[in-house]
Amino acid sequence: MPYEAIVIGVSSGGLNAMKILFSLLPADFSMPIIVVQHVGARSENVWIQLLNNHCKVEIKEADEKEKIEKGKIYVAPPNYHLLIEKNKTFSLTVDERVNYARPSIDVLFETASEAYQTHLIGVVLTGANNDGSNGIKCIKERGGLTIVQQPDTAESSYMPASAIATSKPDYILPLEEIIKLLIEIDISKEKSK
Amino acid sequence: MDEPDSTKKLIEKSHGSLKSAFTLEKGADLAIQDLLSAIYHTYGYDFRGYSEAHIKRRIMNRMTMSGIKNISALQTKVLNEKPFASILLQDLSINVTEMFRDPGFYRSLREKIIPILKTYPFLKIWHAGCSTGEEAYSMAIVLEEEGLADRTTIYATDFNQHVLNKAKEGIFSNRLIKEYTANYQLSGGKESFSDYYTSDDHNVIMNQSLKRKIVWANHNLVTDSVFAEVNLILCRNVLIYFDRKLQNNVQRLFHSSLMNGGILCLGTKESLRFTDFHDAYTVLDDKQRIFKKKY
Repeated sequence: MPYEAIVIGVSSGGLNAMKILFSLLPADFSMPIIVVQHVGARSENVWIQLLNNHCKVEIKEADEKEKIEKGKIYVAPPNYHLLIEKNKTFSLTVDERVNYARPSIDVLFETASEAYQTHLIGVVLTGANNDGSNGIKCIKERGGLTIVQQPDTAESSYMPASAIATSKPDYILPLEEIIKLLIEIDISKEKSK
Repeated sequence: MDEPDSTKKLIEKSHGSLKSAFTLEKGADLAIQDLLSAIYHTYGYDFRGYSEAHIKRRIMNRMTMSGIKNISALQTKVLNEKPFASILLQDLSINVTEMFRDPGFYRSLREKIIPILKTYPFLKIWHAGCSTGEEAYSMAIVLEEEGLADRTTIYATDFNQHVLNKAKEGIFSNRLIKEYTANYQLSGGKESFSDYYTSDDHNVIMNQSLKRKIVWANHNLVTDSVFAEVNLILCRNVLIYFDRKLQNNVQRLFHSSLMNGGILCLGTKESLRFTDFHDAYTVLDDKQRIFKKKY
């Protein structure tokens, strides 16, 4: 089956968006979800604990060299870029900021699309810069599925609008429809096994 | 806009046209392995055990910046033009650092490590992968404030001579000082940070008294062996760039370089979990990744 993992990029307005998105996921959602949320370098990612209380799927910070497993949500640690290796493990780096951001959405998306090729779903949500635009273009070019939050439904429309302008995504949807779509893909994938 | 109903169609979306892209990618990966091999055999720098995703990103960035079309063209240039090889070497090595990076770590250094170090008459500290030296100077400042400076030598090493030369100079850009000062204060600094440097319009120069405590040396964690027995090793945010096998080799090197009861400090996201040395240490501070070698 095509889709093996989902990468999500989100910036300002992200906490509310993720709360909506992840609280609607069923406990048996199988595809791993890997998230870059822009946060301050000294953030402690406390929001992960908060979101865990609202969510049936486990959310955790991605550890370096950790193997990506089904049914988990992984979040990039603050002040590190999160990369995915061909063997589906995580690498972290402290390289220069990309699009003024570390972690950067582009870095995750570009390496994820190399690791998963056509089997990847990329999602760009609310945000106020253009990080993620190159990344989602990369996913599209390698034959992955691309989804962008409908800008007028996003808390910050700039990032989704920029992603749409660069990549012509397969879907442009409000949050509730994005999660419906992901669940539907996940179910059809499990059925066809 | 598409409706979710059309998901199936999308799922069945052509794989045919993408096969060639995939083959191309595989070719690129092999070409990168060739390139790294050639760099090792020509220049002695071994990047073959580095994170592949990281290396590929850096190489692709260099190709875009220098307008190089493919990896074999890059390889020819690297092998024939020494100045270009030196540029690529800078690209592939990790040179991002700060003074008092992760202030929480330096707070823990003062609270948990310094009391142990105070029990020794003489101290050797190895800062492995020191890059441009900001953290080695931070350590020298802590030692001075804790009254350990006179009995300590800091060996700060890197395989990249260019960054070592810069570290030795101890000259840093003025515009970073505000952030470094904040880091210093958050780390439990006891003095005024500006006492440790003199500044002109653009730069700060670290005090001579700090420089005297540090021995700068070229050492490659990947290809060189043990060079001293030390009380404390700091190697922060270097091993994240290495694959598991190379991480294990470097941890073996650290383990044999540390005296019994010696202390190992890793980056806050690094661990011993995937190495053979997980049980060779006790944990002094889990969050700051500080370990003590068992007797």
